[in-house]
Amino acid sequence: MSVLTNPRTARKKTVREFDVRKIREDFPILKQKIHGKPLIYLDNAASTQKPQVVIDTIKRYYETDNANVHRGVHLLSERATKQYEDARIKVQRFLDAAQPREVIFVRGTTEAINLVAQTFGRMTVGAGDEVVISHMEHHSNIVPWQILCEEKGAVLRVAPITDEGELRLDEYEKLLNPRTKIVAITHVSNTLGTINPIRRIIELAHQRGIPVLVDGAQAVPHMAVDVQELDCDFYAFSGHKLYGPTGIGVLYGKLAMLEAMPPYQGGGDMISSVTFAKTTYNVLPHKFEAGTPNIAGVIGLGAAIDYLNGLGLDNVAAYERELLAHATEALARIPSVRFIGTARERSGAVSFVMDGIHPHDIGTILDQEGIALRTGHHCTQPLMDRFGVPATARAALAFYNTHEEIDALVKGIHKVKEVFG
Amino acid sequence: MSDLRELYQAVIIDHHKKPRNFRIPAGANRSAEGYNPLCGDKVTVQIRLEDGVVKDIGFQGSGCAISTASASMMTESLKGKSLAEVDSLFKTFHELLTREPPPKPDEAQLGKLAVFTGVREFPVRIKCATLAWHTLQAALKEEARTVSTE
Repeated sequence: MSVLTNPRTARKKTVREFDVRKIREDFPILKQKIHGKPLIYLDNAASTQKPQVVIDTIKRYYETDNANVHRGVHLLSERATKQYEDARIKVQRFLDAAQPREVIFVRGTTEAINLVAQTFGRMTVGAGDEVVISHMEHHSNIVPWQILCEEKGAVLRVAPITDEGELRLDEYEKLLNPRTKIVAITHVSNTLGTINPIRRIIELAHQRGIPVLVDGAQAVPHMAVDVQELDCDFYAFSGHKLYGPTGIGVLYGKLAMLEAMPPYQGGGDMISSVTFAKTTYNVLPHKFEAGTPNIAGVIGLGAAIDYLNGLGLDNVAAYERELLAHATEALARIPSVRFIGTARERSGAVSFVMDGIHPHDIGTILDQEGIALRTGHHCTQPLMDRFGVPATARAALAFYNTHEEIDALVKGIHKVKEVFG
Repeated sequence: MSDLRELYQAVIIDHHKKPRNFRIPAGANRSAEGYNPLCGDKVTVQIRLEDGVVKDIGFQGSGCAISTASASMMTESLKGKSLAEVDSLFKTFHELLTREPPPKPDEAQLGKLAVFTGVREFPVRIKCATLAWHTLQAALKEEARTVSTE
């Protein structure tokens, strides 16, 4: 390729060169049939499938390198520790964090948020103080703050959204005041697919000296994230939504914040010395990683990040934009389909309801067609109440989905209408 | 498709679209709420119980086709039944959906309710079909709490 290529045409070309057939070969699970039909997996916001390289990496770790980390002087422990810490560096680079020790391994986004609520939150939030979230949060970014507020006699404030499912920035700004001790907000909504103007949200909070935690679970699989550019104080995501294993996730925190916070759990690895009179805590990141961690999970997550880097997140994002546009257009042509969430900036998920047909019935009928999608409240009950629906059906896309699969989804929805006559 | 037709039989679709006894019975003296957090189905069952007999019964709420049709058909089949008959029918219906190995449907006792046999092929939907029945049990026991299928 010429170095003088126009970047716009070059990008178009990249999208065309995104060889989805070849990429699908990397995912063994996609080869199977469901109810005699090829599996069409559209539940990617709940969990993504794993490429062979992630599965192989975990297998190889257990077959050849398994030992505890940061302990023994023997070779296996050394190899395990090296791979574990190498994965931390991969995450650091993936998020553009300044230092590896700003990357804390946890079980998932939920644990990351609970960690911040129970350490930073308990340290800074007092009676009468306020925590700001938004109306589109996942339960995992609501309940930890409710628990904290209840304990401290603090108030949980909720930034409203529009009927399109966009954050009301003006109303959000009005909520910020000297009593606001933290803002916790999602980068991308798991139900609506809305991409929040996260830089502006952070900027408005920082102007008032308020730190911000970003729930990035639905963002990192779809777009490049640079935590230094965003200037967020905390950023959380889950490995299993990023083509990695379950039970592993990441909390990024700015060094100064993490240094100031008390430990979350006590145990091995998080200490530097223990006597019955006094314990000295270990340095970062180990201070927040008590006990034997999910070593295989961490190494598997590292492999998933390598895999994504190989595809190029920009290529992934461009291809997924095409898929999402196709899905939105095709579903909009079905008269009885109504979207929940029509924000201008969206990524990943399309939520919809159908006149007189409950999402669970849609889900069961589509499953018979081999199509896996999520139906329910998506762990966002306040959002369901906001839109006056008990549940939605949600097609959540990944880069291994195809345009033909979107067409099959549309056909499946016509089948739903047929069954309900 | 044949399994689907077993699940979404015409009678189920009919009760889903036109639920019977979708109302609060006059003089209701037994009531309970049921909730399936998995899908957000909510149902309230209200009964007028007199001398140990279900004189009137109605339900309200929102749910999928299976849970709505099940609640609707349940109310139809219970009117005029004694508590002992209600209890027996509940057991037969519950076993129809959950017992291993599957029992042969007792059509004499179940009547139209036998159409729910098809739900067995869809294990995650069994709770949809039993929600109203569990709520009924709670109402009759006067358990003043929300019944959850989880």
